[in-house]
Amino acid sequence: MTSTETTGTFVGTSVKRKEDASLLRGRGTYVENLNLPGTVFMAIVRSPYPAARITSVNLDAARVAKGVVAAFSGADLAEDWKGSLPCAWAVTEDIKMPPHYPLAVDEARYQGDGVAVVIADSRVLAKDAAELVEVEYVQLASIAGVEEALEEGAPLVHADLGTNECYVWKLDSGDVQAAIDAADVVVTRRYVQPRLIPNAIEPRGVLAQAGPTDELTLWSATQIPHVLRFALQLVLGIPESKIRVIAPDVGGGFGSKLDVYAEEALAAALAKRLGVPVKWTEERTENYQATTHGRDVVHEFTFAATRDGTITAVKSEAKCAMGAYLQLVTPGVPLLGAWIYSGPYEIPNYSVTFTGVFTHTTPTDAYRGAGRPEATYVIERAMDALARELDMDPLELRHKNFIKEFPHTMASGLTIDSGDYKASLDRLLEILELDGIRADQADRRSRGDAKQIGVGFSTYNEMCGLAPSRILGAIRYAAGGWDSATIRFQPLGSVQVVTGTSPHGQSHETTFAQVVADQLGVDVDEVEVLHGDTAVSQLGMDTYGSRSLAVGGIALYHASQKVISKARRIVAHQLEVSEDDLEFADGSFSVKGSPDRSMTIKESAFAAFSAHNLPDGMEPGLEETATYDPANFSWPGGAHAAVVEVDTETGDTRLIRYVAVDDVGNPVNPQIIDGQVHGGVTQGIAAALYEEGAYDEEGNLLTTTMTTYLVPSAAELPSYETDRTETAADNPLGVKGVGETGTIAAAPAVINAVVDALSHLGVTDIQMPATPERVWRAIEEVRS
Amino acid sequence: MRRVTLKANGVRHELELEPRELLVYVLRERLGLTGTNVGCDTSSCGACTVLVNDEAVKSCTMLGVQADGMEITTIEGLATNGQLHPVQQAFHDHHALQCGYCTPGMVLAAVSLISSGEATDEAAIREGLEGNLCRCTGYHNIVKAVAAAAGVS
Repeated sequence: MTSTETTGTFVGTSVKRKEDASLLRGRGTYVENLNLPGTVFMAIVRSPYPAARITSVNLDAARVAKGVVAAFSGADLAEDWKGSLPCAWAVTEDIKMPPHYPLAVDEARYQGDGVAVVIADSRVLAKDAAELVEVEYVQLASIAGVEEALEEGAPLVHADLGTNECYVWKLDSGDVQAAIDAADVVVTRRYVQPRLIPNAIEPRGVLAQAGPTDELTLWSATQIPHVLRFALQLVLGIPESKIRVIAPDVGGGFGSKLDVYAEEALAAALAKRLGVPVKWTEERTENYQATTHGRDVVHEFTFAATRDGTITAVKSEAKCAMGAYLQLVTPGVPLLGAWIYSGPYEIPNYSVTFTGVFTHTTPTDAYRGAGRPEATYVIERAMDALARELDMDPLELRHKNFIKEFPHTMASGLTIDSGDYKASLDRLLEILELDGIRADQADRRSRGDAKQIGVGFSTYNEMCGLAPSRILGAIRYAAGGWDSATIRFQPLGSVQVVTGTSPHGQSHETTFAQVVADQLGVDVDEVEVLHGDTAVSQLGMDTYGSRSLAVGGIALYHASQKVISKARRIVAHQLEVSEDDLEFADGSFSVKGSPDRSMTIKESAFAAFSAHNLPDGMEPGLEETATYDPANFSWPGGAHAAVVEVDTETGDTRLIRYVAVDDVGNPVNPQIIDGQVHGGVTQGIAAALYEEGAYDEEGNLLTTTMTTYLVPSAAELPSYETDRTETAADNPLGVKGVGETGTIAAAPAVINAVVDALSHLGVTDIQMPATPERVWRAIEEVRS
Repeated sequence: MRRVTLKANGVRHELELEPRELLVYVLRERLGLTGTNVGCDTSSCGACTVLVNDEAVKSCTMLGVQADGMEITTIEGLATNGQLHPVQQAFHDHHALQCGYCTPGMVLAAVSLISSGEATDEAAIREGLEGNLCRCTGYHNIVKAVAAAAGVS
């Protein structure tokens, strides 16, 4: 273990969460719990067809229904929009970016596309009246499959574009074709990653209040209050200076609340039109149609290698579903994995191509891991395929190709600051005790048991901590990747921390307080972390891409240093010594060599407030802001293993063990890190075994409720075995992101385990999710 | 409208309810007990779980009028004199909640599971919580918390 010791009084310890006190008592401030006097409620009428021309919208019956305040079609509101719902990532110069307004006017392009809105005195009356809206549609031909949509003659999602191809994006380095031609072994595999529905347990919700001169306050179940504020100006034409966005308690996001949604714009526009607060709460079936999905990518993936297992080239070609429209970062999601298709391995020749494809489906966008689970899945599946081709142990193949020295610049061009992939795998194997599993497996095979076991591995790295602004600019993202922190000593010594990141379960109020308490030498309970309100936190880029600690946390560090620096000047002035003569430890400045001459940082805060005796020219108050733009991404990595039991007669697969060893840099709160790993791993396992957002060929969503989309419960899962290895990141706290690691690593480990369980029968591939039917069919196929 | 009398967290309420009103909305919108959350509309997720006469019930599966004469406990009624219930305390100690949205239902489901004597080991706890979905924790720490509160390993 290579750990740098930055553990302080609180950092490195499992401080119990500050967030729990209200959440455990049912006092969460989720949007649905908020009400303003006079609030009216919004219901959306949605297209039942994947593609249809809207020939008329008759609102007469709805408008006279009980409790109805107003009803509008898309055409009625067309003048309200000063811009399209934004897409912030034009990944290529010639990307096709069709406009996307909050309600469809002439044509609905996916099942769930909004066509009308009804506002009534209550949630229930709005829903009743929405059923009275008569929309005449002419159904059009439609297409759901990402490969089929590119075929000649496929129905077009946007006819005026003349194609369903949204963009083609490439990253090439070295000479991949020459390496493939010269290779002893080439494996090329097709891997399908189905659509996933993020399923935050809190559906989306919004409450909008508009003042008479365009002042707008919007409460939203969002991950991105700051980005949303910016976007609302573009859509509504109201200057950002008049807009306040509040993300109160948010019940999970996983990327699905990292967006600017039609309902947010509608609620704001209608609050302005009607002069009363407007509220909307999503239902679950609505969530499945109207909140972004993830994945839906088909890869053709190639490794070239020498006979001894040295991988010489990687080539990946992926078709990536955009859905019917481009949401906030839809086209950019694949790019978030684009630089890591070599995984934690040193591979000199590199080629990655993404083709973005419109389909008549709910738009895709970021879902936990965003681009990196897609990459890691194909890499780790192909590592096992290559090992089989070479007749080599898959762990030996991984060991052989691991990047071993850091910092390491990959063929893709980015530099990994730190890591030790071997250490993680070694620790994993200590926990796993593989020999026993292999012996059990051999026994079951020799007995011909119906229930077979398999073990699968995934060694991974990922890039997160989004992101260095210059790199974002170079890859055509519209905004920067910095974040900010303000640290404010109140006169009597309590501390307010304002962060530009915006939690929805990640425990910022606790972990950020730990970081600041250690820096300032105060108690963790004296630090309050404020977030999620653009009136409180002016500068921020919000929470996604495992960035809060890796970017926002470093901003906290720098703001702390600025506060300490000002306090030092105050103390030096008051004690009449030079600043250099002061030592700062445990919240107190003391004069070197005269420890009895001292002053606490809290006393300096009161001195800064009273301003009776400050250095000439110093401004009163002890408050500082720092904005931090990271120089590099954050580079977690690690090794995961899954052990599964497969019933070869029914195809039923059970996960019986899951071991995760991750390197997320220096830990701030080990218990919270473990919680992130547990949750992340579970979403990867769910993708591997249970979840699929299924459409028929035409784009009718088949999994419309939680009864058909199988979010796993506690009963399907084992307890997990987790540990960490630590290499310090190249930042002042040594920290890395952790929110997405588990999801990135888990799916291939589980599928590799299922394949391993059946490998003696000749099975070499199972498509996700490995449902009993898929597993059973795979077995039958090799048996026949 | 139907006249309904029920007790929520020990407080007696006389209500005039529409027959179609679900218990969860009676609790949230009529009584202001917004700790009980709605997650799915199909009785799948369990976020709306409350105790009805001490038994865990998904309050979106029950009409308000069916609660006539019954005693309901929601998450707001679980702590006594400001002291967390042992299951709430165990959730805090074991980091069994992240975003907190499933937590009220999960806690009440666990309370019912323990009081009915069914939380006998990890497997029984996992089976017993099958009707409550959490998207954040992977259940690992929830199971640990419930086991600790139940006094089983």
